[in-house]
Amino acid sequence: MINKKTLFDKIWDSHLVSQSEGQPDLIYIDLHLVHEVTSPQAFENLRLNQRSVRRPSLTVATIDHNVPTINREKITDPIAKKQIEVLRENCQEFNINLYDINSSNQGIVHVIGPELGLTQPGMTIVCGDSHTSTHGAFGTLAFGIGTSEVEHVLATQTLIQRKPKKMEIRTNGDLPIGVSPKDLVLAIIGKIGVAGGTGHAIEYTGDAIRNMSMEGRMTVCNMTIEGGGRAGMISPDEITYEYLEGKKFIPNNKDFKEVVDYWDSFKSDSESEYDSLVEIDSQSIEPMVTWGTNPGQVTQVSGKVPDPLDFIDSEDQENAARAIEYMGLEPNMLIEDIKIDRVFLGSCTNARIEDLRSAAKIIKGRKVSNNVNAMVVPGSMIVKIQAEKEGLDGIFKDSGFEWREAGCSMCLGMNPDILIPGERCASTSNRNFEGRQGKGGRTHLVSPEMAAAAAIKGHFTDIRNWNI
Amino acid sequence: MEPFKKFTGLVAPLDRSNVDTDQIIPKQFLKRVERTGFGKFAFFDWRYLEGEIPNPDFILNSPRYLGSEILVAGSNFGSGSSREHAPWALLEYGFKVLISTSFADIFKNNCFQNGILPIVLDSAAVSHIMSNSLSADQEAYMVTVDLQNQIVTDDLGLSKNFDIDDFRKESLLKGLDDIGRTTLLEKDISIFEKNRINRW
Repeated sequence: MINKKTLFDKIWDSHLVSQSEGQPDLIYIDLHLVHEVTSPQAFENLRLNQRSVRRPSLTVATIDHNVPTINREKITDPIAKKQIEVLRENCQEFNINLYDINSSNQGIVHVIGPELGLTQPGMTIVCGDSHTSTHGAFGTLAFGIGTSEVEHVLATQTLIQRKPKKMEIRTNGDLPIGVSPKDLVLAIIGKIGVAGGTGHAIEYTGDAIRNMSMEGRMTVCNMTIEGGGRAGMISPDEITYEYLEGKKFIPNNKDFKEVVDYWDSFKSDSESEYDSLVEIDSQSIEPMVTWGTNPGQVTQVSGKVPDPLDFIDSEDQENAARAIEYMGLEPNMLIEDIKIDRVFLGSCTNARIEDLRSAAKIIKGRKVSNNVNAMVVPGSMIVKIQAEKEGLDGIFKDSGFEWREAGCSMCLGMNPDILIPGERCASTSNRNFEGRQGKGGRTHLVSPEMAAAAAIKGHFTDIRNWNI
Repeated sequence: MEPFKKFTGLVAPLDRSNVDTDQIIPKQFLKRVERTGFGKFAFFDWRYLEGEIPNPDFILNSPRYLGSEILVAGSNFGSGSSREHAPWALLEYGFKVLISTSFADIFKNNCFQNGILPIVLDSAAVSHIMSNSLSADQEAYMVTVDLQNQIVTDDLGLSKNFDIDDFRKESLLKGLDDIGRTTLLEKDISIFEKNRINRW
């Protein structure tokens, strides 16, 4: 009998450098993405221990986390400025390709990897950033690591890893009209919980995934970490290959078909086995809005803020009560009655061209509510330039959105884009933790379409009732 | 890294679940290029009021927990961002051991890289430690952590074994770092690379 293997098994097995009884495996890393925040201490340790970067050509750096999104030439925060300068120096010293602030390829690390074709099926990809799971959309094994492991990869191009368990999340049926990949992944996290995927590499399968664009798949894989998953991944298919064809770093010395055949060999075999299975009824999913302080505290736009007493478990009750208090909400209030002050359309979750197009469609010819300050931060300079070519910037600006340069921006508020205490934001990002977007700030995670509609209305509103 | 030795330490409680790394070390402190200096910013937003005045309502600010070396917390501790600044901050604050019913994966890895021992115990044992560290009757509640024998004990009858990856145990006990261990496999890496280049 032929051994049936999953996408995960195939990648893991083909990257095994060393394996011995009772020890974790040593796996090879094909692509190491580096940014300014989690790398300086790693480079410093290399110097202290007189180590070099083993494979500079497999390492790519950009500046995304702390860059301002306006007036980028003059960074006023001296500590942020120093961190950026240190990355430049490190990349120069260790001969690493850096997409600097003035590069037309600069952007959020998880946006530029795929759009440059650095991310390719069958690869192992790591980065000192938890949202590295994004790249799994291409049939890669991609996960976030800490700074010590960044140093380990720089020095050895490998990582010491115990094999995680495998979970299949199977989507049955297509997503209804008006329901986006963001809603799907929020619904999944709502179902499995913020620790539901701990210790697992998750493979998303089924109808909704197969019929989803690459950008949508990236949104889903991106938020895998919010459900605790070690990695999120999707078997590659024609949609994957079509997206990658012609991208900057796709091998062009080979016949593309030959490349595709190789990529295709990583697909999960039919009837291959996982340690666990979660089934999702895609057709029952609605637009989602988080009400609490973690991405699992989420409900449908047609729903209500829960009453903590709705929860059976006493820990869940306490968590809900604390979250509702922090968020300044009342139990049982309608989600559509929640008024917002800010809208952030950006982040590695939802700042790609399709996200911007979907949001622009909603706001075209409409005005942002007087009480709302709204901004768009494209995920990369390539996205920004493309959007400008399509005239999307004009649509956003006409309706009252600010149009910014690329970066992580208000997703984590390391740059000047932050909420002030008590401000409430409809955000297309990935984390609604306390203070994530600024101390005392209140974040509700939503899709780009829902964020755009909320900007117009000044409160959450069901996008399915809009005639777009 | 310092080898991890058996010790008896004061326990501090943080009785909430899903404590994310944004809470352990907020983003505004991630701009530093050093590995040190994060301890004073640990739990910053909970720990301080405006003007960096210690918040009397934040439990770790209570004088009874001064000098604690063991933190007991609710489930899924360390979720969210991969920032290693979180374990750096906890270590510098004084914590050598973290006890919970579960930890987030990346955070757990980061702890091991810095000589911090994350111990997973069942909910009964965690509740026992949590309630005794909170109890007014136990002014200085101490727990003994013996990594060699994989056991935590206290003077109130707690004696609980815990699991740990053998590789991680050895690294902690001997104070080994991963890069040093991987360097021993240099030959395997070179062979792997050679075969890989041949493929294309």
